[in-house]
Amino acid sequence: MGLEFATGRLADAVNWARKFSLFQYPFVTACCGMEYMALWGPRYDVARFGAEFPRFSPRQADMLMVVGTVTERQGPVLKRIYEQITEPKWVISFGVCASSGGFYQNYATMPGIDHVIPVDVYIPGCPPRPEAVLDALIMLQEKIQGGRGWSQRQYWLERERERLGLGGEISGSGQRSAT
Amino acid sequence: MTTTHDGETQDLTLVNMGPSHPAMHGTIHLKLQLAGERIEHAEVNIGYLHRGFEKEAEAHCWQQIFPYTDRLNYVSPMLNNVGYAMAVEKLLGVTAPERAQYIRVIVGEIARISDHLTYMAAQTMEMGAFTPYFYVMKGRDWLWDLLEEISGARLTHSYVRIGGVAWDMPEGFKDRALALLPRIDQIVVELDKLMTRNRIFLDRMQDIAVVSAEDAVSYGWTGPCLRGSGVAYDVRKAHPYLIYDRMDFEIPIGTDGDNMDRYMVRMEEMRQSMRIISQALEQIPPGPILIDDKLVVLPKKAATYNTIEEMINHFKLVIDGIRPPRGEVYSYSEAGNGELGFYLVSDGTGRPVKCRVRPPCFMGMAAVEHMITGHMVADVIPTFDTINMIGGECDR
Amino acid sequence: MSRTVLDKLRQRFEASIIETHDFRGDETATIRREALLEVVTWLKERNDLELDMLTDMTAVDYLEQGNDPRFQVVYHLYSVSKSHRVRIKVPVPQDDPVVDSLCQLYKIANWLEREIWDMYGIRFKGHPNLKRILLYEEFVGHPLRKDYPKERRQPLIRRPEPEIAQVLARRGKARPLPTATE
Repeated sequence: MGLEFATGRLADAVNWARKFSLFQYPFVTACCGMEYMALWGPRYDVARFGAEFPRFSPRQADMLMVVGTVTERQGPVLKRIYEQITEPKWVISFGVCASSGGFYQNYATMPGIDHVIPVDVYIPGCPPRPEAVLDALIMLQEKIQGGRGWSQRQYWLERERERLGLGGEISGSGQRSAT
Repeated sequence: MTTTHDGETQDLTLVNMGPSHPAMHGTIHLKLQLAGERIEHAEVNIGYLHRGFEKEAEAHCWQQIFPYTDRLNYVSPMLNNVGYAMAVEKLLGVTAPERAQYIRVIVGEIARISDHLTYMAAQTMEMGAFTPYFYVMKGRDWLWDLLEEISGARLTHSYVRIGGVAWDMPEGFKDRALALLPRIDQIVVELDKLMTRNRIFLDRMQDIAVVSAEDAVSYGWTGPCLRGSGVAYDVRKAHPYLIYDRMDFEIPIGTDGDNMDRYMVRMEEMRQSMRIISQALEQIPPGPILIDDKLVVLPKKAATYNTIEEMINHFKLVIDGIRPPRGEVYSYSEAGNGELGFYLVSDGTGRPVKCRVRPPCFMGMAAVEHMITGHMVADVIPTFDTINMIGGECDR
Repeated sequence: MSRTVLDKLRQRFEASIIETHDFRGDETATIRREALLEVVTWLKERNDLELDMLTDMTAVDYLEQGNDPRFQVVYHLYSVSKSHRVRIKVPVPQDDPVVDSLCQLYKIANWLEREIWDMYGIRFKGHPNLKRILLYEEFVGHPLRKDYPKERRQPLIRRPEPEIAQVLARRGKARPLPTATE
């Protein structure tokens, strides 16, 4: 009890605030963009989850939502935008093309964006129903609350390693994908 | 960056727009060289969504290509499905039954309304008006509910088959569709009231990016963009296909060829599409929805599981594919953006030698450099929106 | 469907036409490479034909069928005023894949020819700006040719962070980073 308890509670509070105020950067490329538009509409209102307004600049965003197929040509662009987003940041791979290439397995498409950037939540579907995306958003919020996002884990684990004076093993639970 | 302009040297600023464009139009990269706010030189780079449609088509059977066609113009997938099915049927020399043709027209026109509504949402939102976007999303979800009833999916339906359509209209579909049309019309009326005489909207759209009729034809434009420039070419009227010759509708034609005309053409086309849908729903006859040709259409499931001949038939069709005769066809239909053509080459096997899509918005994008040069940066967005570039179709 | 365009074409350019057909009603003429510019200019400017729109232009690779010449560049022309169409095909050999450009006649030919160069490697003489349009400049090869394997990727960028690869290896989910030849 004491300092660890306080910092633990503080981390929880900070994560609580983060999860309910996600500023998304919608990296929209293809057909999933249509479901993304519907998600933002009045029926599947994503604003009630706090992820209200897309910030169209990576400097102002903290969640990168890669929507649709990413081609090899688009790869460096995606990487640059991911690097421009300030930490802590999370990545949702929306749709099966962004997760694994989808059914476009050819010379032009990247077989999943995790060949370029680390992904927190994968949403399969072609395109996924908006309900699946909301499920994924809730899953991401649970991840954020637990401090298990890729960029969060790095931060806290580096702190742990510093504190213990080790170059420790990175452990943690695996990533689940949305259904 | 310096260049000469009217004999003087000027410093030009290079501004990149894209390729991750903050609009839901996909991925376009514009390299603009500006003198102040005015664009002196523009370069348009497409291809950031090139997904290899043709290469995939050459590796799949004829009937397996339908999901790929869905994702071409992904705001109106039914129209692409119908266009491709018509192309393969032309190659085979068969015609879908009448009821299937009516259903194709109905779902095609619902998709066209959905396409134009999405255009309205994107156009207005990117110019700063957020309200029409929410009205449109409301209406579009209703339309997609209808399409989901009939095909099973909200967006990428793969509903049309070679020789007809996959499933018949469910019970009560006609009543629900007829009940929905006035509500969609109400949304179109609201959009009209909000935007069409809005001073700011008019300032940004009228007399911007004027394209003459000769230029439009030389750029290969078709569809609402060409009709906005005053050329009365609509595939449904010039070369009627399916049952469009029995429908009573008009095609709106613009006069000036500016952004406002292209917007107004699409606004009016939605109303005409609603007329077509209600007429088709009244006239639709009963009957089969797939042709009775065992070399083209999969046999019924009950027969497939119980008789050996039907099972072998099913097997051959799925594994080897439909075998059209040797030859080549070019089949065209009116999609949301214009003449969507499919050029198919067959050598008698189950896979195409060539499956080319003639993308209508590719032609639109080719003209953008010419259209925005001389205008201001703020004019790029409305101009680019009126082309209604859909990445999946432009880059394939 | 009457073969108005083909009949007039045959009267005027008998020597340059290799063959014609109208399979399923599509009037098609295969002509010699050298005559392309002359034929298309005539088709566009003749008053009773007025084929003023280049609807589409593409190429087909007949490697698997063993055709010689290997490629065919296919033009679809349409007349907005007269509502008739014609398809012109031009055979192009593999060792000399050059065709005249139609940029002076139709503005859309600029981009359509760039796409054919990108996908098939057929050059267009007289094109002002023949560079890739759908793929990136670093790409080597022309993917729609039949001898280009569909799944050969040429990635521009892959994740270099060794930490992630180490983490995955420790969890037994190691995945080698793809190389350019896969």
